[in-house]
Amino acid sequence: MYTVADLRKGLKVTLDGDPYLVIAFDFAKPGKGQALYRTKLRNMISGVILDRTYRSGETFEPASLEERKMQYLYKEDDHYCFMDNQTYEQVHVSEAAMGDAKNYLIDNLPVSILLFKEKAIGVEIPNFVNLRVTQTDPWAKGDTSGSDSKPATVESGYVLRVPPFIEEGELITIDTRTGEYSTRVKG
Amino acid sequence: MDDNWTLAARRNALIARATIIQEIRRFFIEGGYLEVETPLRIPAPAPEAHIDAIPAGNWFLQTSPELCMKRMLAAGYERLFQICHCWRAGERGSHHLSEFTMLEWYRANSDYLDIMVDCEGLIRTLVSGAGRGTSITFRGMTTDVGGEWERLTVEEAFDRYSETSMEEALALDRFDEIMVESIEPKLGMERPTFIHDYPASRGALARLKADDDSVAERFELYIGGLELANAFSELNDPIEQRRRFEQETAYREELRRQAYPLPEPFLGELASMPPSAGIALGVDRLAMVLLNAGRIDDVVAFTPDEL
Repeated sequence: MYTVADLRKGLKVTLDGDPYLVIAFDFAKPGKGQALYRTKLRNMISGVILDRTYRSGETFEPASLEERKMQYLYKEDDHYCFMDNQTYEQVHVSEAAMGDAKNYLIDNLPVSILLFKEKAIGVEIPNFVNLRVTQTDPWAKGDTSGSDSKPATVESGYVLRVPPFIEEGELITIDTRTGEYSTRVKG
Repeated sequence: MDDNWTLAARRNALIARATIIQEIRRFFIEGGYLEVETPLRIPAPAPEAHIDAIPAGNWFLQTSPELCMKRMLAAGYERLFQICHCWRAGERGSHHLSEFTMLEWYRANSDYLDIMVDCEGLIRTLVSGAGRGTSITFRGMTTDVGGEWERLTVEEAFDRYSETSMEEALALDRFDEIMVESIEPKLGMERPTFIHDYPASRGALARLKADDDSVAERFELYIGGLELANAFSELNDPIEQRRRFEQETAYREELRRQAYPLPEPFLGELASMPPSAGIALGVDRLAMVLLNAGRIDDVVAFTPDEL
């Protein structure tokens, strides 16, 4: 069981029997008032998004989902196809249910497919993934301020801001919970 | 730079933040205010229903320098300001840090309306100093600080932005939720908003209005939907102050929150405090607004998660 203070983006909870994904979470406290937790929750079956404010002390049951390790194969129309390495069974996950995970998909990426009543309704990817930079402008030499960033495209097609010293062809680590650059993979 | 790019990337924000703090100091020194430092670790924080202090040894880290600064007013210091760290347990979010930087200022022989004028002067000075003339862009909204600022009573704010009146909200115990969901996001958009005259029950250290004791002379300042400061005409009746502290302590015990000893030296000296007004302004949030930062994390060198 979670208390509301444990909630964070990416957590899955049960509301009225359905699995919900926390897609936004923030702490609020109007002047001298009580602590409140503002959440945005997406119903993982219907896709309906709820805005809910909770008081401290509220509790949640984790969503009862089955997790199966699978491998990403390919995208077809608005579906993503994954394969179970043991049984060779293939499942499809809709683009909407993929959420931000679709930004980091590369061939053979190991993922967990989330099943609810045997239907694939979501995907879990590692918190950190390493992706190669396929396009970024060169660093203007002499700029040592360290305060600027520049856009870069990685092999999955995702575009993010990276430090100026990152060059094309380099491998970088991305934090998939925030979508932000984390570090450069050395060597 | 390669090892901690997040920190390196905050360079411009941290330089701007330092400038803001230097300009705040200059503003108050030029206004005849004395800069003071009071202890950060104290034996008895003011008991307030929803503010939790962090224990430090057998004492506590301050949640605000308020009580020590009021003891200085009582001792005859007339204009005071302080920039210091404060701690509040369990507060962390996109605009909350458990350890944060507070600016407080107090003035004798004044009320909360005088503090509103101070706020206007301070923020206009900081905005023009940053070379922005009179407007701030924050969260996609341009707020003009040069003209007349909005003054809205809490009751009017409920009438304007919520289907529930203030009175109903209090009766239903929905005041805070409605404030957060429906009212705060509308405050301080085209111009800054002072939302004032809070229900008497929501200002444990504030003086009640002379002509209406159902409301306290308290205001909050908002820019771009973000709460920046809380101010009062200060209560200086020691008997009433003791009664309110006991009430807040009883409420805290009901919620099974840690009880604090009563701040006896403060209560003992309060009768000597002249009619005064004071304010607590969050410096990190002020920096967010002035620098158009989306998260409080963007304007500090380190968050607790990075230590």
